Amino acid sequence: MESRENVHQLKKSSITKSVGSVLVVGGGIAGTQAALDLANSGFHVYLVEKSAAIGGGMAQLDKTFPTNDCSMCILSPKLVECGRHLNIQLITMADVEKVEGQAGRFTVAVRERPRYIDTEKCIACGICAEKCPKKVDDEFNCDLNKRKSAYVKYPQAVPLKYAIDPETCIYFKGKKGKCKACEKFCPADAVDFDQQDKVHTIEVGSIILAPGFQSFTPDVPPVYGYGTYPNVLTSMEFERILSAAGPYQGHLLRPSDQQTPKKIAWLQCVGSRDLLPGSHGYCSGVCCMYAIKEAVIAKEHAHDDLDTAIFYMDMRTYGKDFERYYERAKNEHGVRFVRARIHSIEPSAQNSDDLKLRYIDEDGTPYDEIFDLVVLSTGLEISDGVRKLSETCGIVLDEDGFAQTGCFSPVATSRPGIFTCGAFAGPKDIPYSVMEASAASAASAALLADARNSLTQPKTYTDEVAVTAQEPRIGVFVCHCGINIGSVVDVPAVRDYSKTLPHVVYVADNLFSCSEDTQHLIQEAINEHNLNRVVVAACTPRTHEPLFQETIREAGLNRYLFELANIRDQNSWVHQAEPQKATEKAKDLVRMAAAKVALQEPLDRLQVPLNHNALVIGGGVAGMSAALNLADQGFHTYLVEQKEELGGHALNIKRTWKDEDAGAHVTEIRRRVLDHVDIEVFTGAKLIDVIGFVGNFTSEVQTNNTVRELNHGVAILATGAESYQPQEYLYGQSERVTCWHDLEDLFTREPERLQQAEAVAFIQCVGSREPDRPYCSKICCTSSVQQAISLKTEKPDLDVYILYRDLRTYGQREELYRKARELGVLFFRYSLEEKPVVEQTTVDAKEKLQITVRDHVLGQPVRFQVDYLNLATAIIPKNSEELAQLFKVPLNEDKFFLEAHMKLRPVDFATDGVFVCGLAHYPKPIEESIAQAQAAAARAANVLAQEFVEVEPIVSEVDQDLCIGCGLCEASCPFGAIHLVKVAGQGYRAENISASCKACGVCAAACPQQAIDMIHFRDRQIVAAIQAGGAG
Amino acid sequence: MRLSYPANVKIIKVPCTGRVAIAQMFKALEKGADGVFVAGCLEGDCHYQSGNLRARKRVEYVQEILGQIGMQAERLAMYNLSAGDGPRFAQIAREMTEKIRQLGPSPIRTVKSRASQKPSVEVAA
Repeated sequence: MESRENVHQLKKSSITKSVGSVLVVGGGIAGTQAALDLANSGFHVYLVEKSAAIGGGMAQLDKTFPTNDCSMCILSPKLVECGRHLNIQLITMADVEKVEGQAGRFTVAVRERPRYIDTEKCIACGICAEKCPKKVDDEFNCDLNKRKSAYVKYPQAVPLKYAIDPETCIYFKGKKGKCKACEKFCPADAVDFDQQDKVHTIEVGSIILAPGFQSFTPDVPPVYGYGTYPNVLTSMEFERILSAAGPYQGHLLRPSDQQTPKKIAWLQCVGSRDLLPGSHGYCSGVCCMYAIKEAVIAKEHAHDDLDTAIFYMDMRTYGKDFERYYERAKNEHGVRFVRARIHSIEPSAQNSDDLKLRYIDEDGTPYDEIFDLVVLSTGLEISDGVRKLSETCGIVLDEDGFAQTGCFSPVATSRPGIFTCGAFAGPKDIPYSVMEASAASAASAALLADARNSLTQPKTYTDEVAVTAQEPRIGVFVCHCGINIGSVVDVPAVRDYSKTLPHVVYVADNLFSCSEDTQHLIQEAINEHNLNRVVVAACTPRTHEPLFQETIREAGLNRYLFELANIRDQNSWVHQAEPQKATEKAKDLVRMAAAKVALQEPLDRLQVPLNHNALVIGGGVAGMSAALNLADQGFHTYLVEQKEELGGHALNIKRTWKDEDAGAHVTEIRRRVLDHVDIEVFTGAKLIDVIGFVGNFTSEVQTNNTVRELNHGVAILATGAESYQPQEYLYGQSERVTCWHDLEDLFTREPERLQQAEAVAFIQCVGSREPDRPYCSKICCTSSVQQAISLKTEKPDLDVYILYRDLRTYGQREELYRKARELGVLFFRYSLEEKPVVEQTTVDAKEKLQITVRDHVLGQPVRFQVDYLNLATAIIPKNSEELAQLFKVPLNEDKFFLEAHMKLRPVDFATDGVFVCGLAHYPKPIEESIAQAQAAAARAANVLAQEFVEVEPIVSEVDQDLCIGCGLCEASCPFGAIHLVKVAGQGYRAENISASCKACGVCAAACPQQAIDMIHFRDRQIVAAIQAGGAG
Repeated sequence: MRLSYPANVKIIKVPCTGRVAIAQMFKALEKGADGVFVAGCLEGDCHYQSGNLRARKRVEYVQEILGQIGMQAERLAMYNLSAGDGPRFAQIAREMTEKIRQLGPSPIRTVKSRASQKPSVEVAA
């Protein structure tokens, strides 16, 4: 489709109606992601943050579930990228005051409060804070310690600029004109007490609201003695205690006496699933997982000498890899799970700071148990400030205060052109917030496609220093990674050892090497010490290499003069129990990296032409949504569906959990797809082959007996999933036993069946959460509860039973659970060990099913008869293996596609240019599938919006003087990237075709003459690392 | 996942096991490793189509020579595992270390220097 290029040109040159910039409100992980996606696909972004630095709630977390990644470590590169991005303008300490206009062209007034520090002058030396005499509570550390009135929000803050808090500053609060210590001592003359409010009037095409949540505060009225007993904490306070940058430097201590606790309890659902005034009826969706994480991490801190107990109602571990995390916590880490609601908390004795918890267990036995520390798993809620923002923006909130959205437009607010993402649009975890952020950026980009690249500018760099003729001068930066490395490895020892290595002329250690200030330190060191090679000994190149490469490039060094010694993922994390050996190994790894980097050469990236078409595989609601968004953004899209009809599983759904007509929406999406000029649909079609790489894929699609070759720059995998066909509970033996939506369909087809029925039952977790399928299928609880409600509504005298293990109506779906109980639906809990028994029987000559289940309240088997039984069976992957092989992308243990990073790259693969969405990634409801599809489209558009693809210059290289023309390389290359050519007077010699080279290095390893080498993985570079490794 | 494995395993990063040349395996054994394992993708899953199959052939060839020169061929091994399979990597690292521990220090190392307190294993991945 060469004509596409012309269309792009046309769009660029025609008069744009929309404004090519976007306002993002809120600098948490959602806002940051949305800003980056937009800025990287041709839009200018204003990122408005109310506090002094971006980072949001994620910056306060210690670790993240289910990977136990260090939160700051994975967040920091994004914050730094945001801070240094040419097309993102950060406006901190600011609020939106007025919004006028409409989709495509809004005029927004943003009021920036004075920081009293000139950010142009501030060098973040910290002297103002050091000299400031006024100590105040540090809100970033949940008031557990003090900061000064002159402060920086947190050590890795972006922007790393100090601020003076006028609410507590002696100059402002005391007698005017007094103090000014900060001004006196500031070496940069940056303090400016005369700063006033600044109002920015900005023009934007769309607005993304990502203001986030606030933690429920359990003090008014006081819950469980919070605020009275010093050792009752909120979960966010506990996160800060665990954090290396927290009030106790990462030591597990309790506030009352700073002693190490031996016994900690977590109380779930504080402020959530609670109808008491001040609390919220909804489930906050994240607390079960974070409580498990906190318990596991606390045990790690205490080296297992710690008893942890989580008191809960339903364990809601419904996300990808969550159930495994729960099982591991229970079975491997020994976290206790107690299904009980705590009745009361009081001091264990007079003058004691220990706490006595009173509760009644499932059997009705009362217990008193004493704990040193109690953590309240507080929920998420919307703050008054955010409600005011919503009013300013003129958008509708739902009854819980969250932004109102629909399942089929999950990131659109009630006002066109204003989008939302993250916890503001309903309680949710980080991956889903990141997905929504990308989705909101996709929605904005589709709206403003005609203004793409109209307001952005390209990044330029200073010239590179010529290093080839120089002796290597290596700088080594060893990272503590908070306590991730520092608590195991003796970092100063590794730093000092590095100094003794050949060519190493500069060494340093840093608390977080990825923070913005460390980037400046590295750049300063490069300039001051004329470094021409850099080693960072830290986490993993997988997430952090690009960040450091960019840092050294900005300082004038070529990106490839860099090595990352992996002393966290491949050392401190995996040798936690052997700190001494880990320290020695860290030295070995630094030595190997230094030996290798000394031999690295500067390389130039190659620019390869880019095909601007997209291929989407799977024509369900996810695939269709992805295709629609890409096409709306102006990219020609091929949509391939195996079945004869578009629509997928969504066609079976009658109403969404928000009570929308699913069929009507799916039909509308299908119509839009089929009518779109930029979408080519292939139904009854199958992908049979794929070759190429990002920007340049060629696929073969077979329809009937014809094969069509498609060229595309990106691919989105949206192949969906299917439901498990059960063997159990008489399925297939009795026509009265059905699955999923079959019972609804039966009653629609034959209404007399429902009229005659007296009782209906649902069994949950059929085939899910079993040893050989240890994951939760996420949507089944909501589906059965929804069906039960509609049955009860239609026929109130019908007995409806739901047999479940944990009722997982997460988030605002909790309202459905409450409604079902109100309508008289009966819930029986069963355990994996004692599953219900279903038998055929006859009552009064009527055919019935008899169900026996052990009731958890009575402790007795309960027996009842029903007319129909509907099974909520597992959602299982469909043909994922075939596609995984074609695209060379990985699957997880359950055969769902495995994304590049569970937390922050939820739709990307490690392979560039390939993305995933919908059920192929993991079971999920429609609105999450659509958000994920739009997110995949946004990430794909990041690639397609570029003029060309930049590829690594890492290819093989023939030295024709050494070549003897044997042809082994040509025979070994699977890509035809090396061949023999006739050289006059010499016979045959090998020659590279660099554009086809995939850089596997097979030819270099095969060459008997060592005439072939691989750039950046040269034989001498690998051997240097091997030798250095053996030298220890 | 942070699954623990012995600290004597050090990883050399290569783009594909197809890049691991015969001489590099010898070099590792010569320069101080008591054992070497090459960790490639599952057969059929090679991102570069067949690099892991070639690596296996090369490993087998080096094993043969090791046998001929009187070094235990088991000091070198080829494993195939998926990039998403952390538990298996940890298990292989433990297995390999245990095997090398039983074999004792590499004869090359014993000859070159009498000091051989700890087994070391190098991995190419």
